[in-house]
Amino acid sequence: MKQLKMTVLSNREVGLNTYEMKLQGATTLKSGQFVELLLPNHYLRRPFSVGFYKNNILTILYKVLGEGTLDMTLIKPNETLDVLSELGNSFDKTNVKSPILIGGGIGAAPLFNLANDFFESGITPTVVLGFKTKSEIFYLEKFKKIANVIVATDDGSFGIKGNAVDAVTQSDLSYDKYYACGVMPMLKGIQKTLGNNGELSLEARMACGFGACMGCSIQTTKGNRRVCKEGAIFNAAEVIF
Amino acid sequence: MNTSVTLFGNVLKNPVIPASGTFGFGYEFAEFYDINCLGSISLKGTTLLPRYGNPLPRIAECPNGLINAIGLQNPGVEAVVNEEIPKLKKVYSSKVIANVGGHSVEEYVETVKAFNICDDVFAIELNISCPNVTGGGMAFGVDENIARNLVQAVKAVSNKPIIVKLSPNVTDIVAMAKAVEQGGADGISLINTLVGMRIDVKSGKPIISVKKGGYSGKGLFPVAVRMVFEVAQAVSIPIIGMGGISTATDVLEMMMAGASAVMVGSQNLIEPFACQKIVNDLPLLMEKLNITDINQIIGRAFKNA
Repeated sequence: MKQLKMTVLSNREVGLNTYEMKLQGATTLKSGQFVELLLPNHYLRRPFSVGFYKNNILTILYKVLGEGTLDMTLIKPNETLDVLSELGNSFDKTNVKSPILIGGGIGAAPLFNLANDFFESGITPTVVLGFKTKSEIFYLEKFKKIANVIVATDDGSFGIKGNAVDAVTQSDLSYDKYYACGVMPMLKGIQKTLGNNGELSLEARMACGFGACMGCSIQTTKGNRRVCKEGAIFNAAEVIF
Repeated sequence: MNTSVTLFGNVLKNPVIPASGTFGFGYEFAEFYDINCLGSISLKGTTLLPRYGNPLPRIAECPNGLINAIGLQNPGVEAVVNEEIPKLKKVYSSKVIANVGGHSVEEYVETVKAFNICDDVFAIELNISCPNVTGGGMAFGVDENIARNLVQAVKAVSNKPIIVKLSPNVTDIVAMAKAVEQGGADGISLINTLVGMRIDVKSGKPIISVKKGGYSGKGLFPVAVRMVFEVAQAVSIPIIGMGGISTATDVLEMMMAGASAVMVGSQNLIEPFACQKIVNDLPLLMEKLNITDINQIIGRAFKNA
């Protein structure tokens, strides 16, 4: 964990109720890790996965879900935020040659950094993204530059009609490992459909984000695990839904 | 400049103690800073057997604080004594406070007894005020007779001083304090969390899985100061004050209300370096206020009245 001040470079809407914030600051971040931002006038910090980090510029992607994220949309460039960085574990890419990355909604965020990792190592990953509707789609062009992309929408307004799990099963994909991020019901569906050969990036309401409060503990086949400390990335086989 | 205080004959280099449930078993904070700066540490609430606790969500944000409903997740007293405390001792040299929760008198008694062999624990904090465990915890902290009897039963088997952690969720906090003093408590810590609730206005449902939880954080501070002020004048055993302490100024205020030491809780969760900062700030603030010995300010708010 590292505490630092980061300067906001930009903060803009990239999809319906979905924002991209870029922040500048020196830290070390791997795919799957997260940061926590302290927002003015809010007591708890808020966790965000690393959308992208390169050359001291961090990109986070967030969806407006409550008062905190709504206030976040009002943050202007040049403002400084107090950040806890380098939190949680990271995706394991060891010996993976044909990965499939599956994101539901804002769950696509950490997969962008991961897709870049693969692309830079000479592997073009397959990325499956599920959204509620066409207007919520974000980062599609960016993903297309580094991955083979399949999109699904619940209402069929773009791509395959259905959710991310449906898109995976309908597309007859071959892969040696999957990586998934999304809400718990989606991850449960992924685990049931695709089995244990993958990693799941979990989310939970957190108080601290660094292992102190036990607010985000889940039950796994290896015992109790904190999403913030031993996660947020878990082997699919370990998670008990 | 003297910041050291004495609790039950045990000298603490300063009165700052991270509160139970906000600091784990301590050793993980040693990755952030040298925790030897802390007066002591109150360990994560421990029960006789391992507990997973409540389903998620366990956390809900509030103005100036949060609600938690962890439900006493812990690895059980055997693992705490044989694994967690030895891990902590590698990075922390002062003695610590074990925090004990339970569902029955028998469970409290057996758990407290299991700490007798632990020389690194200088006192037991008896949690009779946890709002997050069904049929236990707080049930012991809202009835004077039940609380008194529990303290007597625990005192009979323990070789360590017993600190009773009181619930603010009572009509008369002074009556509760007197009851546990009569039961033989060596000290009192207060206040635990206030029972609270948040509702998601989109779904209309409580955010916390078990609906209610304990509210803590800065918002609690004035209530805690008032309760410590009242209890300190009614009992003759030392008081450890807590509830929303976030700064060195808060520490002095709480001690002026009558606390001999303080516990810092929620602030650790939003500022991992909070206790270190408070410890560093304390002597600087004392100098500004011309306080040479921190012990001189304990209860100043009523002693000068």
